[in-house]
Amino acid sequence: MIGLGHYLILSSILFSIGLVGVLRRKNLLMLFFATEIMLNAANIAFAAISNHYHDMAGQMFAFFVIAVAASEVAVGLGLLVILYKKYGTLDLDAYTVMRG
Amino acid sequence: MITIAFYFFAVLTTLLFLVTVMSKNVLYAMTSLAAGMVLISGLFFILGADFLGVVQLIVYVGAVMALYSFAMMFFDVNKDVKEKNGSAATVFLLGGAIALMLVVVFSAPVIGQGAASLYPEPAGANNPQAVGLILFTKYLVPFEVAAVMLLVAMIAGIILAGKKMDLSLSTTEEEILEATQGGDK
Repeated sequence: MIGLGHYLILSSILFSIGLVGVLRRKNLLMLFFATEIMLNAANIAFAAISNHYHDMAGQMFAFFVIAVAASEVAVGLGLLVILYKKYGTLDLDAYTVMRG
Repeated sequence: MITIAFYFFAVLTTLLFLVTVMSKNVLYAMTSLAAGMVLISGLFFILGADFLGVVQLIVYVGAVMALYSFAMMFFDVNKDVKEKNGSAATVFLLGGAIALMLVVVFSAPVIGQGAASLYPEPAGANNPQAVGLILFTKYLVPFEVAAVMLLVAMIAGIILAGKKMDLSLSTTEEEILEATQGGDK
C-alpha cells in the first residue's frame, strides 16, 4: 500500500534532483528548469500531506506555488531575453563584471 | 492498482527530471521537463486532488512550457550548451548533503506528533467544489493578492521583453522614434 512516506520520499528525491541541477548548471535557462523541478517536488509533498490529513490547506498552498511559478517564469524570461540581447549568451560566467 | 500507477509515475518522473538536469541540449531538457510535469499531474489524480491535477496540466504544461518554448525562439537551441563545470563529485556531495538535511528538518515535526486538520474537506463535496469552498472563504485574501501578483508579473513581462516598450507604449515606428528622440532632448 502506498502511504504518505512514499510520496514524501519521491518528493525529496525530485527536490534533490532539482537541487543538483541548480548547483551544476551554468546556463540560465537550464537553471530555470531546475527551479521548476524543485517547485513541482514541493507541490507533490503538499498534495500528499493534504490527502493524508484530509485537509484542503495543502492543495491551496500548491495552487499558490503554481501562481508564483507562473509569474516567476513571466518575469524571468523577460530578464533572460534582455540578458541574451545584451551579452549574446546565456552562460552565467559571461555575466561576471566584477574582477578581483 | 494504485501501487502500480504510483511506481509507474514516480519512476518515469524521476528519470525524465534526471534527463532535464543532465542533458546538454536545451530542447531535450525542455521536452523531458514538460513530460515529467504531465506525469506529476497523474500523481495528483491518484492523490484525489483532481482540480490541482487539471491546474497542473493547464498552467504548467500549457502555459509555462509554452512560454519557455516561445522564449526559445530567441536562443540558438541546436547548439549544445557548453558548461564549464568544476568537479561533479563536489556538486553531487553538496546536493545530497543539503537534501538529506532538508528531509531531516522537515520530517522532524511529522515524527514528533500527529498534526490536526485546520481546514478539513467539506462533507459531501467533491474535490473541485471543496477547493472552491475553501479558496473563496478562508483563502480569499491570498487569492486576491495572487491575482495582483500575476498582473504585476504580466506587466513586467511585457515591459521587459517588448521592443522599446520602456520608452513608448505604441508599436508604430514613428511613435517609437518620436519617443526616443523626445527622451534625448
